[in-house]
Amino acid sequence: MNNSIRIKSNKSNLKVVRDFVTNYLSPYTLTEKELNQIILAVDEITANLIIHANKEDESKYVKLAIFQTGDTFLFELSDNGHSFNQKNYKEPDLKKIISEGGKGGMGVALVKRIMDKVEFTTQGTSNICRLYKKVSYTI
Amino acid sequence: MKITQEIKDKTITISLNGELDASSSVLLDEELSKPEIMLFNKVLVDCEHLNYISSAGLGVFISHLQRFEDAQIKLIFFNMQEKVKNVFEILGLDLLMTIVSTYDEAMTVSNE
Repeated sequence: MNNSIRIKSNKSNLKVVRDFVTNYLSPYTLTEKELNQIILAVDEITANLIIHANKEDESKYVKLAIFQTGDTFLFELSDNGHSFNQKNYKEPDLKKIISEGGKGGMGVALVKRIMDKVEFTTQGTSNICRLYKKVSYTI
Repeated sequence: MKITQEIKDKTITISLNGELDASSSVLLDEELSKPEIMLFNKVLVDCEHLNYISSAGLGVFISHLQRFEDAQIKLIFFNMQEKVKNVFEILGLDLLMTIVSTYDEAMTVSNE
């Protein structure tokens, strides 16, 4: 099965990425909740790369490749946009966000809570995010 | 994402059909930003056909929560699928928002 996909940096392609992950994982008997969490984590990072790194510039791409080693899946996302500094990440204070009428800052928190390991690296002008998730499944 | 509304007295029910992500959440934000929404006592959100929500979708609800609270408008979610509710739970938002099982339950939640 094809393990990678490349999309233009348009938010409408988030659905394309979610469908790709859904199809890739379809042979595995994950629970609906597990599958949704994995799709969500990949979607959050893809949205960040489209919006913050590539600034929704459709001449720029986001690439997703999925690898599997034993019971661990690796989702590797990369872009060719501006370096996106994840070191500035802070755990969101929900009550503060609510009282200020804010919207953002929860995506990476979701990803960190869902995935077993999250790595952000930069290579040249490319941001690479690796998401590791261990699952128990049967084929 | 398809959004439909039904009005009954001082209650507006917004039904969401589809997936709420960084792309489609803009539509919901427009809907909740309409001035006429402030005329209601309750904003009920029917999530029966909401198949997916990302942080962008959650963010839209969060961004209106304080404004609604200040105006004593109660925001209540009902008919939520387990996998969608799970996303609220991962962040602990289920404790800060009102999520009930059915429409009838949503109607009996007081505005206190």
